[in-house]
Amino acid sequence: MVNPMDIIQIENYYITYADGAESLRKINLRIKTNAINVLFGPAGGGKSTLLRAINRLNDLTDVKEVKGRILFKGKDILDPKLDVTELRRKIGIVFSRPMPLPMTVSQNVSYGLEVAGERDRRKLDEAVEKALRLAFLWDEVYDRLNDPANAISGGQQQRLCMARVLALEPEVIMLDEPTSALDPVSTARIEDLLQDLKAKYTIILVPHNVQQSSRMADHASFFLQSELIETGEGKKLFVAPKDKRTQDYVEGRFG
Amino acid sequence: MSAFDDQSQLRGAHLQERIGNTALWTLSLITVLPILGIVIFIIYKGIPGISWEFLTSMPSNGMREGGILPAIIGTFLLTLGCFLFAVPLGIAAGIYMADYAADTPMTRAIRIAIISLAGVPSVVYGLFGLGLFVIFFQMGVSILAAAMTLAIMTLPVVISTTEESLRTVPNAFRVVSISLGATRWQTIRRIIMKEGMPGILTGVILGLERAAVETAPILFTGAAFYLPTLPTSPLDPTMALPYHIYVISTQVPGMPLTIQYATVLVMLTFVLIMNIVATIIRSRARAKRQW
Amino acid sequence: MFKSNPIRTDRNITYIIKIAGYSCILFLALIFFFLLRNGLPALKDTGLDELFKTIWYPTEGYFGILPLLFGSLLVTFTAVLIALPFGVGTAVFISEIAPQAMKETLKPLVEILAGMPSVVLGFIGIVVLVPFMQKTFNLPTGLAALTGAILLGLIAIPTVVSIAEDAMNAVPQSYRQAAIAMGATRWQTIWGVTVPAARTGILTAIMLGIGRTLGETMAVMMVTGNAAVMPEGLNALIQPVRTMTATIASEMGEVATGSAHYAVLFFIGIVLFVFSLIINILASWVSTRGRKRSERILS
Repeated sequence: MVNPMDIIQIENYYITYADGAESLRKINLRIKTNAINVLFGPAGGGKSTLLRAINRLNDLTDVKEVKGRILFKGKDILDPKLDVTELRRKIGIVFSRPMPLPMTVSQNVSYGLEVAGERDRRKLDEAVEKALRLAFLWDEVYDRLNDPANAISGGQQQRLCMARVLALEPEVIMLDEPTSALDPVSTARIEDLLQDLKAKYTIILVPHNVQQSSRMADHASFFLQSELIETGEGKKLFVAPKDKRTQDYVEGRFG
Repeated sequence: MSAFDDQSQLRGAHLQERIGNTALWTLSLITVLPILGIVIFIIYKGIPGISWEFLTSMPSNGMREGGILPAIIGTFLLTLGCFLFAVPLGIAAGIYMADYAADTPMTRAIRIAIISLAGVPSVVYGLFGLGLFVIFFQMGVSILAAAMTLAIMTLPVVISTTEESLRTVPNAFRVVSISLGATRWQTIRRIIMKEGMPGILTGVILGLERAAVETAPILFTGAAFYLPTLPTSPLDPTMALPYHIYVISTQVPGMPLTIQYATVLVMLTFVLIMNIVATIIRSRARAKRQW
Repeated sequence: MFKSNPIRTDRNITYIIKIAGYSCILFLALIFFFLLRNGLPALKDTGLDELFKTIWYPTEGYFGILPLLFGSLLVTFTAVLIALPFGVGTAVFISEIAPQAMKETLKPLVEILAGMPSVVLGFIGIVVLVPFMQKTFNLPTGLAALTGAILLGLIAIPTVVSIAEDAMNAVPQSYRQAAIAMGATRWQTIWGVTVPAARTGILTAIMLGIGRTLGETMAVMMVTGNAAVMPEGLNALIQPVRTMTATIASEMGEVATGSAHYAVLFFIGIVLFVFSLIINILASWVSTRGRKRSERILS
């Protein structure tokens, strides 16, 4: 039974790659709608793999074996009848390094809409402004929309990447260590932005340290070596974890 | 404690180094001096023969007088034909190798095929062109046959430079584009090709330049020495600059040297211009690059 | 929003691009096929033992290709002997010793040489090198194997330089630093550490230089005298000789389609084709193996 509160359901999911890269074993997880779902744990735990599996970004790589399924709003994402480009528009992703496309600020934001077929210049411009405002970037770049995107600062670039995703009006936004390359001020900005956005969107966040995890989590899941160790609401995992491994990690015994 | 406890050992090693450096310096000089010498020599000897008439009029008196217009036009037509047959196909194959081919035995076979095609001697291409285009497809000794032969010879160059150029475009762009809902072809068309275009262009220019100056592939497939008129159809044979140079320097008794030098100078100028254009494209692209 | 269109376009384009990719195999197979089709009759009509005799006199029915084969080998071997020291030496100089300003003058010059059409070099050979050889060695014409070898050496040098230089640039700086730290001079570092580390690439450079030289037609044709005689002894260097490539180029025009001569010329083409194939595939195998080995060592 699909719980309407859980926009994404991962059921008994296994995945291995042909080159032996980071894999996943027996993942059962529910992503809660309109909340910040935090996936945390040491490097190599499988968190990035899971994100890329959810929006089928791993179609680009050699997948050896997949078992189990991932449901988005009740539908299997691997269903051949499913339009994978639409899936990716609905589930956006922001990466750890700001990755602006080699075009202007405005073109970066409108890129997703243009490949989806939107040609109306006015509609595109409106969408660009709306997305930039949502990402709290408009006031800083409104007069530089036609500058190359790599001319703005790192923190601005990362918010640009957010605007890029927001322009497509997604339902889920996934962020893989989005602030790891940013200074504390820009980091705080992004974190505030996410708190704002969770009202309308579902957020999946892989934070880049435990402190960020406990700051941001509405729900948290601890990943270790390709397995999901435990999952819990709010700050529970950080205050009173059930599993010893979680406790060790949260207390900084390893990481 | 250094490896040289003995002062004389240290001096010996330094002496060895100085002699060695001088030797290599001399070697390099001997290597590049001929090139400079050749270019200057050809320019010096060839300029007297260059004139507007020379470049635009027909030859006369068995090539010993007049101009080389048919050879220039012939080379232009052959290069154009080569471009039409080799470039679209070559770029497509290059895109395949860079963005579509997985690491399978089939892909390795294709790669071996490309390397092999690149290593085939030009005269063997001539034989191939003779057997396939001239005789089997019954095109006869014609511009079409020669151009297609040159095209197959140019194919590996276009494919390799396209593939290499597309591979240098950061993979991050592909990942981002796909994650925003673009298809693979949209990604290639809108981003990868655009960013890789200067590299592709450079490769195409250099490949065509090489095709334009090759003699052996066109020897039995399309080139003729003395044609009274310019070609009127792709099935006509044609004169061509490289072949012309070969004949006038080896097989025409009483051929004035000035005309020989002048003709060679025309070809040399073409080669230098092409190389300069390619270099300019390459450096301007590097400056404008957003990555 | 047009949702299905980009996906359908993507599928169609994928199809076209795949075909383009596979076409290379098709073309290689075609070359093979047409060479065999026109050249195998030589085995049947003239016969293998007749082909491997030492007299090439087609108008009288003598189709022994050994003089041509050895002519090619002689000129190629000598050319590589010339290109090696100059090519590798220049490459070492450019990559390890030359200051930046000199590097930026030398490299374009080598590239200009690389772009020289072989007819132009053949022409220079005729007007400059041949009279020179004639005078120096007291020859009747100056058209000789050595003349061709010098030209071919010049043609092969840019290939050797660029690949050997790439190979040496690829040697990690840490190797050099380690040697210097142990007290070696720069010269000792180059020949004791860098060059051996780059030996796979240098080997590849030599092999590709051989391939280039073997397949060269016009320049040799214009300066080697085109006498199809078996080269004998060191003297052969200053005597006229004929390569396989020059034979095909000069005789194909006057040959009747389908005749025995025609087939033998194609047969020589097959020999050339197979030789070049082996050299190029070997060179690429050597370079891949070397790269894999260094990846393992450095990882």
